[in-house]
Amino acid sequence: MTSSSFPHYDLAIIGTGLAGLAAAVCAVNRGLSVVQAGNTGAIAYTSGVFDVLGAIPPTEDGDIAVVDAPFAALPRLLAAYPGHPYAVVTPEGIRAAFHEVLDFLRGAGIVYHTGDQRNFAVIGPAGTIKHSWCVPETIMGGCTAFAAKAPCVIVGVERLKGFSAAQVVANLRGVWPQLRAAQVALPEHPGGEVYTEQAARMLEVPQLCRAFAEALRPLVDGVQYLGLPAILGVHRPGDVAADLSRQLGVTVFEIPTMPPGVPGIRLKEAFEDKLPEMGVALYCQQRMDGQLPPPGEPFRLHISGQPTEVDVLADHVLLATGRFLGGGLRGDLEGVVETVFGLPVVQPETRAQWHRADYLDPRGHEIHKAGICVDAQLRPVGPAGELIHPRLHVAGSLLANQDWIRMKCGAGVAIATAASAVEAVAKACAHGDGAT
Amino acid sequence: MQTEVLVIGAGVTGAGIARDLALRGISCIVAEQGDINSGASGGNHGLLHSGARYVASDREAAQECREEGEILKRLAPQCIEDCGGLFVAVKGDDEDYIAHFPDWCAKAGIAAHALSASQARALEPCLSPDVIAAYAVPDASIDPFKLALENLAHAKELAGARLLRRFRVQEFVIAQGRIARTRLVNTVSGEEIWVEAEQVVNATGAWAGRVAALAGADIPLLCSQGTLLVTHERIATRVINRLRKPGNGDILVPGGTVSILGTTSVTIDAPEKARPTVAEVDENLREAAPMIPSLRDIRYVRAYCGVRPLIRAGSEGGDGRSASRGFALFEHTDVGLSNFLTVSGGKLTTFRLMAERVGDVVARRLGNTNPCRTRQEPLPAVAACEWTEPGRGPKIWAMQHDAQDPLLCECEMISASAVQEIVDSCRDVFPDPGLQALGKRSRIGKGACQGAFCGVRVAAHLYDTGQMRSRDGLVKMREFFQERFKGQRPVLWNAQLVQAELAEALHCGLLGLELVDPKNPDKVLPS
Repeated sequence: MTSSSFPHYDLAIIGTGLAGLAAAVCAVNRGLSVVQAGNTGAIAYTSGVFDVLGAIPPTEDGDIAVVDAPFAALPRLLAAYPGHPYAVVTPEGIRAAFHEVLDFLRGAGIVYHTGDQRNFAVIGPAGTIKHSWCVPETIMGGCTAFAAKAPCVIVGVERLKGFSAAQVVANLRGVWPQLRAAQVALPEHPGGEVYTEQAARMLEVPQLCRAFAEALRPLVDGVQYLGLPAILGVHRPGDVAADLSRQLGVTVFEIPTMPPGVPGIRLKEAFEDKLPEMGVALYCQQRMDGQLPPPGEPFRLHISGQPTEVDVLADHVLLATGRFLGGGLRGDLEGVVETVFGLPVVQPETRAQWHRADYLDPRGHEIHKAGICVDAQLRPVGPAGELIHPRLHVAGSLLANQDWIRMKCGAGVAIATAASAVEAVAKACAHGDGAT
Repeated sequence: MQTEVLVIGAGVTGAGIARDLALRGISCIVAEQGDINSGASGGNHGLLHSGARYVASDREAAQECREEGEILKRLAPQCIEDCGGLFVAVKGDDEDYIAHFPDWCAKAGIAAHALSASQARALEPCLSPDVIAAYAVPDASIDPFKLALENLAHAKELAGARLLRRFRVQEFVIAQGRIARTRLVNTVSGEEIWVEAEQVVNATGAWAGRVAALAGADIPLLCSQGTLLVTHERIATRVINRLRKPGNGDILVPGGTVSILGTTSVTIDAPEKARPTVAEVDENLREAAPMIPSLRDIRYVRAYCGVRPLIRAGSEGGDGRSASRGFALFEHTDVGLSNFLTVSGGKLTTFRLMAERVGDVVARRLGNTNPCRTRQEPLPAVAACEWTEPGRGPKIWAMQHDAQDPLLCECEMISASAVQEIVDSCRDVFPDPGLQALGKRSRIGKGACQGAFCGVRVAAHLYDTGQMRSRDGLVKMREFFQERFKGQRPVLWNAQLVQAELAEALHCGLLGLELVDPKNPDKVLPS
């Protein structure tokens, strides 16, 4: 086979996390042809709650600044961390990108709410509060209940480990006197451990959902809200939540659980189901590798793993391979490397500087700010600011100078930089700046 | 509070002293500033020395190790895996040392059998093709936590010995040449108690100098930090020692389902400053790789370190490698005290002998004529201690797994009922078990996830069963993860770095534990 007979796309997206997902959605919306490969399993490890900016860690001594109004806090973030990826996007760009992705998810049956100027206070599984701008509808009830300190019962499920209603209540009762804890068995469960995904699939069956409502009924006396671990169905969770709420006469909401949790699995399934329908050539659980082509030539990329090995051509590549967990970076004894193209990685000088002595140091660990530096069009640059390749872009957590875990900016960086990179690709394609 | 003997320090030595005294009919209180085996007793290889390591430099220590190793194998087999050991040299190692080794072993009475390089590699395929000499010796691996817990349990059963955990000695009140009273302060609550004891034994290892100083006595101690690495999987069947003058990264010891590589020797000025460092990890890898090449590429789950309390001989200087591995007893009569005794130095392998010598002095001073019985009396096994044994969880789970009993620790397969059993077993010792205390008494937090997931699950379980009731539980979770991190930090590359990123995404990304103020945990919304 000669290379001219390989399928040829406008854009190859390497990576299938939130940045890859957002990029594919934006690219299809702009009429680009897309091939994409990666391990979709990692997205199941996300909480399903989308942060824009939740905290600004101190650069020196001092306390972490918890962020209530994420967009208003962007200048403060960029003053402290000038190389942060938000420096190359605008607040309007972040919002527009979110709405593009949220429209896609709505089409897949998953509804999200955004907080306009402010973050929501989301109840976490340990009874701590997470500050987040964009929250699944099924989790929103908890934000509303917490804001109003309304009478509420948190219900744990027997033999579902890692979620304790007593823990959530013990840790919030100080500010929320009308909160109490209860526990029920999941009806018709075959016995043994209860897994969140399995419970969610059971509750999609109407008669099991009705039986569950009956089990919950004795617990709703005198409350307006009922919180459960996130198990309200994998598909169309809003329907399961609405059904339970109607049967019980209270607002039933979800609390995100330890990964892999159901809200993350919903994203994974939406991704795998809907992107191929939209025309994306999606190769799930497969790798895509290649080399930087000379000027005028397309990227020739090899897709490997099961079930098929194929070569494809693409004029542009978006690298959205994530960090260590996603496989975009690898931490060798000698240093951090980028795993697909061997791009230059901004990183601490020695391994001894990767992590601080104290795990919970307010400043976070330097290793999390390692990554790829880019220009205004999200194209990787070298140590002297030189462009590595004009048709290669990077988005998401692989980008340097951000700490998505401590800044609570993972979804925002993923979605906004992906949209911005795709915008740059779309412009280049419109100008005929492809390879052929 | 009154007692016959106050033993300060609950490492293996303190635990062994409590049992030695109990077998003579003497009761005691064991006061410990941290938890069981917080110092060198917990931060070592878990190696029951045959003595062969010391044949060149310290024949007396070598002979002690040999004799004590034989006694412990006979009387505490439940704490020991009698795996045997090898001494191997590779190309470039000191030929002179190799040539003398069998003779030195013979003089110390240690059985060392010569093996050909190919025999050694057939026994341990991980060995380098560059092996040039090998000897089999009777080394073994020992579980120091089980050992300490069972010694304390036996002392409690025989003579009602009590353990005061998290109590630090603050003051000795001295009157008429005796320590009349000892003031102890709880390091968590600040609670203060006074203990009146007929005899006071200082068995605080690297802290011995500090405690002795409170009584006006001087102990010439050198604190030598040694860093060790825990592999994800067991690499070798036997203990593997480098056949050369003792140095860095030259011993690999099996620890149940894992192997432990070590160690280093860095002199530090205070024992609480001990922290495994990236530099020491790299040093261990660099030194060990010529003997076992795969040690450079495999996955490590954590590093830890201990502080060897080494007795400085006379006033000479010297580093940690040249100081004696022997132990010393100080009767403190030189400072005019008749009821104070310090024991320090020594090795895990010789803890029983140290306890015997202390017991002899204490009994004599108390007018108790009962002889030491720890050379004959087997150490009884205690069921709850078995959760510290690697691989124990999966065995129990496979044998009697109840489908209704969720596994809280998936790496080490410890179920909710096992956690409950451990909680119940130590409730009398301390009523408020945190995650760290459970970790010390089980394999929780010791598998591939290093507590990242099971710590969260066990906390949820403790809230569900009412053992955690407030936001103080969040502080306990922070402490547990911070403590585990100390050991993870130097081994975070490749797969463990991935694991650590996932852990932090859970602890900080989802749970926001970095935002919980440990001094003011009740503040729900940080500002």
